[in-house]
Amino acid sequence: MRLASLAVLGALALCTAAPAFAEDEIKLPEQIWSFDGAFGTYNRASAQRGFQVYKEVCSACHSIKEGYYRNLTGIGLSEEQIKAIAASVTIPTLNDDGQPAERPGLPSDHFRSPFPNERAARAANNGALPPDQSVIEKAREGGADYIHALLTGYAEPPADMKMAAGMNYNKYFPGHQIAMAQPIHDGQVTYSDGTTATVEQMALDVTTFLSFIANPEMEQRKQMGVKIVIFLALLTGVTYVVKRRVWSDVH
Amino acid sequence: MPGLHKSEFTNPVVNWIDTRLPVFTMLTKEYAVFPTPRNFNYFWNFGALAMINLMIMIATGIFLAMNYTPNTLMAFDSVERIMRDVNYGWLLRYVHANGASMFFVVVYIHMFRSLYYGSYKAPRELLWMLGVVILLLMMATAFMGYVLPWGQMSYWGATVITNLFSAIPLVGDSIVTFLWGGFSVDNATLNRFFSLHYLLPFVITGVVFLHIVALHITGSNNPLGIDPKGPQDTLPFHPYYTIKDSVGIGVYLIVFAVLVFFAPNFLGHVDNYVPANPLVTPADVVPEWYFLPFYAILRSVPSKLGGVTLMFGAIAVLFVLPWLDTSPIRSARFRPIYRQLIFVLVAAIIVLGMVGGHPPQGIWVVLGRIATAYYFLHFLVILPLLGKLERPLPLPESISSPVIRKGGGPLPYGAAAAPMEKN
Repeated sequence: MRLASLAVLGALALCTAAPAFAEDEIKLPEQIWSFDGAFGTYNRASAQRGFQVYKEVCSACHSIKEGYYRNLTGIGLSEEQIKAIAASVTIPTLNDDGQPAERPGLPSDHFRSPFPNERAARAANNGALPPDQSVIEKAREGGADYIHALLTGYAEPPADMKMAAGMNYNKYFPGHQIAMAQPIHDGQVTYSDGTTATVEQMALDVTTFLSFIANPEMEQRKQMGVKIVIFLALLTGVTYVVKRRVWSDVH
Repeated sequence: MPGLHKSEFTNPVVNWIDTRLPVFTMLTKEYAVFPTPRNFNYFWNFGALAMINLMIMIATGIFLAMNYTPNTLMAFDSVERIMRDVNYGWLLRYVHANGASMFFVVVYIHMFRSLYYGSYKAPRELLWMLGVVILLLMMATAFMGYVLPWGQMSYWGATVITNLFSAIPLVGDSIVTFLWGGFSVDNATLNRFFSLHYLLPFVITGVVFLHIVALHITGSNNPLGIDPKGPQDTLPFHPYYTIKDSVGIGVYLIVFAVLVFFAPNFLGHVDNYVPANPLVTPADVVPEWYFLPFYAILRSVPSKLGGVTLMFGAIAVLFVLPWLDTSPIRSARFRPIYRQLIFVLVAAIIVLGMVGGHPPQGIWVVLGRIATAYYFLHFLVILPLLGKLERPLPLPESISSPVIRKGGGPLPYGAAAAPMEKN
C-alpha cells in the first residue's frame, strides 16, 4: 500500500499547495454575518437599514429586476409599510386609450429599475453598465464578504499604478479599476433607528439586504434542512440497527 | 391454457394478473429471492444509489420543465422565477442542480468499485460497456442541462464544448453549425438542448434497464472476485441487501440534504448567476467539477484535434478495458501491484481535476501532461503487461470459507485462475 498512499498523499498535498503558486489572489476580509451557518437568519434591523441604503443610494443606478416589493415581508416590513414603499414609485403602464402612462407601484410589482434599458444605463454612466443586484451575492466569488469588501475598499491608487480615465481604485475589485465611484460616504443616509451611518455600517447593512434579495428562501431552506437532516440521521440510525438484526444470523 | 404462467401467488387478484403477465413472479425472482453473494461491502450500494438518483433527477426535472422557458430572452428570468415564485421551486432547482453532482459522485464511486474489484471482467464485459454508455449519456445530459439557466458559464461552456467538433477535419465547421442550428450558440441551440435534455434521461433509463438485465444474467461480482459455488455463498437479495442498501441510501440522502439545504451553490460557479452575454467572455471558462479531469486532458495537448481525440479517447479506452486488462484475477485484493497502481490512477485523475480548474499556465500545463500520460499509460500499457507479469496472491476456496488453504503454500498461477473460468 506504500505506493498507493504516497500517490494519494501527493495529490492531496498538491491540492493544498496549489494556491501557493496561483496568481496573486485578493484576500477578502471575512465578516461574521447573521445569515451564516446552519441556523443563520437575516438580521431584520440590519436588512431594513440596508434596504434604506439601497433605496436612497444604490437604486439610482442599480436595478433589482427579479425582486418584488412584496418580498420585503422577508426582512420584517409590514404590509402597510410595503404598500407605502411601492406606492412611492411610479410604474410605466398603458392607459385606457393605449397611450404610455404611469401608475403608482403595488406590492406585486418588481422593484422599479432606474433605467428603461441597457443603452440608457450605459449612456448615463460613462459607458459602464451598473449590474443588476438581484442575485449579486451569488454571482460574485466571495459572496457577501466580497460586496462588503468592495464597498469599503476604495482608496488612493498606488503611485506606480496607471488608472484609466474615469476609473476608480478599489482594493478588492478584480484588476483594481472599477467604473463605479465610491458609492457610500459617512452620514449619507439618516437611519430612523438612530444607528450612526458610517461607511462600514452602511456596507454591512446593504450587504445583508442584498444577500436577502439574492436568497429570499434562505431562512425557510435552512430551517427545513435542520429538520430533514435530523430526521434522516434518526432514520439511518434505525435502519442500521434493523440491518444489524437482519444480518445477525449470517455473521 | 398454453402460454399462461403457472403463478404461485395465492392472492386471487395477484394470481390472475401474474398468470397473464408474470411481473410478480419476475419481481420475486429478481429482487426477493435473487441469489446475491453474501460478502458485499458498502461499495455495492452505489448501483442502487445511482438508480435512486436517476429517479430523483427525473422527478424534479419534470416539475422544473413545467416552469422553465427555453428562450434566450427569458430563460435566466424563468429560473429566478422558479427560485422565488414557484412553490418550493428553490427546493426543486437546488435538488436538481446538486442532484447532478451527486449523480456523478455516485457513478464515479460505482466505477471505482468496478475497477478495484474487476467487475468489468468476463463474463461481465457487456454489463460494463453498457455502464460506459450510461456514463456518456449522463455527460451529454448534464452538459445540456447546465446550458439551460442561460448564465455566463452556460453560454460559454456551450460555445467551447460545441466548438470542439470543429476540430474534425473537412466537415467540422458544418457539424458545429448543424449542432447550433445557426451560426452561433443562440435560441435554436437552447431549444434543442432543452428538448434533448428532457429526452436523454429516458434513454438513460432504457440503458439502465439493459444494464440491470445483464447484471441479473451474470450475477453480481463481489469483493473476493470469485464466483459463488453454491447456496452457502449467497443470500437472498431481500431482506439482506434491501436493508443494506437502505442504510446506504440514508447516508447518501444526508450528504445530499446537507448540500441542498446548507450549501446549494457550493459546487456551482458564480458566473452562472450572471446572465449570458455573448459580448463578454468570462475570465476562465470552466465546466462543472465532474468534467474537469476530461477538460484537463483536452487542454493538455497543444493541438485542438489532438486534444479532442484524447478527451474522447479517455472514455473510449474504458469500452475496451475488459480486453486491455489481461489478468484473470478480478479483485485487487489478490493483485498486489495492481492494488497500488489503481490508487496512482485515482491520484492522476484527482490531479487532472485540479488542472482542469485552473488556467493552462505554468505548473498546471506540466502537471496536466504528466497526469494525462499516466492515465493512458495505465490503461494501454500497464494493464496489458501487468496481467502477464504480476504474481497474484492465492485465491480463497470459496466466498463462505474465505480462509486461504494453509500448508499448500501459494496456489500455482493457473490453479488460482481456474475457478474463474467456470462460467
